[in-house]
Amino acid sequence: MKQDFTTIPSIIARHPRKASSLIMILQDIQKEFNYLPEEAMRKTAETLEVPMSKVYSVATFYNAFSLVPRGEKLIRVCVGTACHIRGSKVIREQFENELKIKPGETTPDMKYSLEVVGCVGACAMAPVVMINDKYFGSVKTSRIKQLVGKG
Amino acid sequence: MRISTPKQLKELQKKFQDRDNKLAKKIIVCHGPGCLASGAEKIYQEFKKILSEKKITGITLEALKKTGCHGLCEKAPLVAIEPDKILYTHVKERHVVDIIEKTIKKNEIIPELLYVDPQTKEKIVRYPDIKFYSHQTRIALRNLGHINAADIDDYIRVGGYQGMVKAVTKMTPEAIIEEISKSGLRGRGGGGFPTGRKWATCRKVEDDTHYVICNGDEGDPGAFMDRAIMEGDPHSVLEGMIIAAFAVGARDGYIYVREEYPLAVINLQIAIEQAREYGLLGEQIMGTYFSFDIQINRGAGAFVCGESSALMKSVAGEVGEPRAKYIRSVVKGLYDKPTVLNNVETYANVPLIIEKGADWFTGIGVKKNSGTKAFSLVGKVRNTGLIEVPMGTTLREIIYDIGGGLIDGRPFKAVQTGGPSGGCLPDTMLDSPVDFDSLTKAGSMMGSGGMIVMDDRTCMVDVAKYFLSFLVSESCGKCNPCREGLYQLYKLAIKISEGRGEEGDLEKMEKLSDMIILGSLCGLGKSGPNPFLSTVRYFREEYLAHIRDKKCPAGVCRELIRFEINDKCDGCTACLMACAYNAITGSKKQPHVINQELCTHCGACVTVCTRNAIDVF
Repeated sequence: MKQDFTTIPSIIARHPRKASSLIMILQDIQKEFNYLPEEAMRKTAETLEVPMSKVYSVATFYNAFSLVPRGEKLIRVCVGTACHIRGSKVIREQFENELKIKPGETTPDMKYSLEVVGCVGACAMAPVVMINDKYFGSVKTSRIKQLVGKG
Repeated sequence: MRISTPKQLKELQKKFQDRDNKLAKKIIVCHGPGCLASGAEKIYQEFKKILSEKKITGITLEALKKTGCHGLCEKAPLVAIEPDKILYTHVKERHVVDIIEKTIKKNEIIPELLYVDPQTKEKIVRYPDIKFYSHQTRIALRNLGHINAADIDDYIRVGGYQGMVKAVTKMTPEAIIEEISKSGLRGRGGGGFPTGRKWATCRKVEDDTHYVICNGDEGDPGAFMDRAIMEGDPHSVLEGMIIAAFAVGARDGYIYVREEYPLAVINLQIAIEQAREYGLLGEQIMGTYFSFDIQINRGAGAFVCGESSALMKSVAGEVGEPRAKYIRSVVKGLYDKPTVLNNVETYANVPLIIEKGADWFTGIGVKKNSGTKAFSLVGKVRNTGLIEVPMGTTLREIIYDIGGGLIDGRPFKAVQTGGPSGGCLPDTMLDSPVDFDSLTKAGSMMGSGGMIVMDDRTCMVDVAKYFLSFLVSESCGKCNPCREGLYQLYKLAIKISEGRGEEGDLEKMEKLSDMIILGSLCGLGKSGPNPFLSTVRYFREEYLAHIRDKKCPAGVCRELIRFEINDKCDGCTACLMACAYNAITGSKKQPHVINQELCTHCGACVTVCTRNAIDVF
C-alpha cells in the first residue's frame, strides 16, 4: 500500500474545483490509498473550499469509503436476496472463521479485509463473492480456503 | 468522423452489415455478470489464442465477439455460434479447441455442451428452441448477447441510433413526447410513472437549464437487469437519453452508476467517447442546434441513492438524503433545475418506440401496462438468468416455462419481487399476471425487476428479517419513523426467529408498520415494512409456528432447529468437509454423526448432502 501523500494534490486536480466533485475526488483517493487518509480529506476540503465537516459527513455516509487502511485483498461476500436464499450466511461465517476477522475488519498483517455487500449483481450465480474486482460464482463452503489463497 | 445526416447513418449501417455478412461464422462469448463470475474471460482468451495461432479459412479474429448477458446464466459460461444459433453451456477452456475443430470447421455439434431440457431430458441445439428463450420477448435486452458492447459500429449495424436520428431530424420535441405518452411507457425502475407525462411536465417548466439523468443505481438486491444493459448495450441507454434530452430541452446529462458495477462504468465511458467521436453527443448533433453531452457519476455504496432526490444530491457531491417532494424533481431537481430522471431500462426502450411507433409498443403487453419488463430470475429456480417478457405474463409461465421449475423439483413456496420495497407472493398467486398494477394489488410491487424464487426450505420469518436488516443498515437516518421504526420492527423479527416471540407481537408489528408507512419521508421508509406485511399476510401460520410452537417449519432459524443424520447416509464425507465447526464425524462409507454440542445449525451440511440424509427437527 502506498503511503506517499505527495500525490494528493494531483489526484484532487483531476476534477473541476467545485463542491460537486467531492465524491469523485474521494473515490480517486480511496482507489489510490485503499482508504481515505486524514491528510487527503483535509487537503480536499481546503482545495474545494468546503468545511471539513462536510467532507467527513460524505466520507462516513457512503459505504464505499473507509477511514482506516484496508488489506491488500478486499473480500466482499454478497448478501443480496438471491445469495441469502442460497446460503450466503454460511459463506460469510466461513470467511470469518478462516480469516479470524468480522466484516468491516482487516487482518493484522494487512493482507485481507472482509466486507459484506448488499448485492453485486451476479445473482444468477448465487452465492457470489467478489475479491478485489473479480467475481466468483456458485461459491461452496469447501472452496473458501482456496479462494482466500487466490483472487 | 461525424454523422450528420440520416442517409449517412443508413450507409454506415449497410457497410457494417456487409462486413458482418462476410463472416462465415461468429463465436459469441458471453461476458454477462453470470458468465464473468464463471470464468468467461479465460475462455475468450483461449479462443483468441487459438484463432491467432491457427489460420482457419474464412474465420478471422473478427469472428470472435465478447457480448453482454446472453440470458441463461445458470448454464454459464455460455458460448453461442452464429448464424446457426447454437448454444454451448458450461464451456470450459479445454472445450475451446473442440469447438473450433468440430463446430467451426466441420459444422459438427458437440452434444455434451448442449442444453438439456429438464423435463424431456432432450438435448437442444439451437437456443431459440429452448423454452427459456422461446417464451421471451426482448425489447430492452434486444442486443444483449448479440453485439460487442465496446463497439459503436456493432450497435449501428443492428439499427442503433436510428430512433435518435429520426427524433432529432424529423420530429419536434412535442411530437416525441406525444409518441412516448401514447406508447404508455411507464418507469421501469419500479414506480411505473408514465414516462411521457414526466417529460411533458419537465419541458413545460420555463428555465434556462434542464437536466436528464439516468438512474443506474440498481440497488435492489437480487436484481441485475440494469447492470446487464449498461455493460452489454450501453449505447441503447445513451440513445434513449439523447432523445429525452432533445424532448425536454436539456444540454447536460448524467448517468449515476452503482459503485459495485465497475465494468458498467468502463463500458459506458467507452460508449460515450465513441458517440462523441461520431458527433452523436456533443455540439450541434446531426447538424442541428441541439447540443447534449453526458457524464458518468459513480455511486459510493448507498441504497437510498436509488431514490430520485437522494440521487440528485449525490450527483451534486453531497450526502444522499432524500428530501420532501412538495415540489417534484421534474420541476426542481438537480441544482434546483427541472430534471427528468429515468431508469436504465426505461431509456433502453425509448429508441425503439420512436423508431417503430407507439402503436407497435402498445401491441405488446396488456392495457395500461404496455411493452415488456426485464427480470432477473434467480433463487431456487432451475434456469436462473436474465429474462424479458411481455407485461401480463403470469408468474407461473415465468417460473415454470422459462425458469424450468424449481431446483431438485422441490415445492414452490413464494416468489419475491420488488426488492426490499416489495413482497413475497405465495402459490395461490402464481396465475396472477405480472404488471405494475396486478403486483401492487397482490401486496408486492413490480420494483426494478428482481424475481427471487423460494422453495419450502426458505423461511418467511427469516426472509422478512433479512430485508429488515438490509433496510436498517441502509436507512439514511434522516427521519425517525424509518430510522427507529424499522429498527424496532427488525428487533421484533429477531425475537420471533429466535423463539422468544409472544402473543401480540405480530399485531404490534402490524401497528408499527402502519406508522412507519404514514410517517416516513421517502419511498425507502414508506415501503420498508412491505417485506414483513406481505409475508405475514400470506404466511401468518409460519410466524405463529415460531411464536407458539417455537418451531421453524422450513428448518432455517437456527435457534429453533436441530440437525440429525439418518440411515440414508452412505458416508460420502461431503457434509464432513463442508462443516466449518468440525461438528461432523465418521469415516468414509460409514454413516456420519453430528455432535450436537459443536453444531451451530448453520445448515452447510444440508446444502451439500445429495441423499437427503440430514433431517431437520
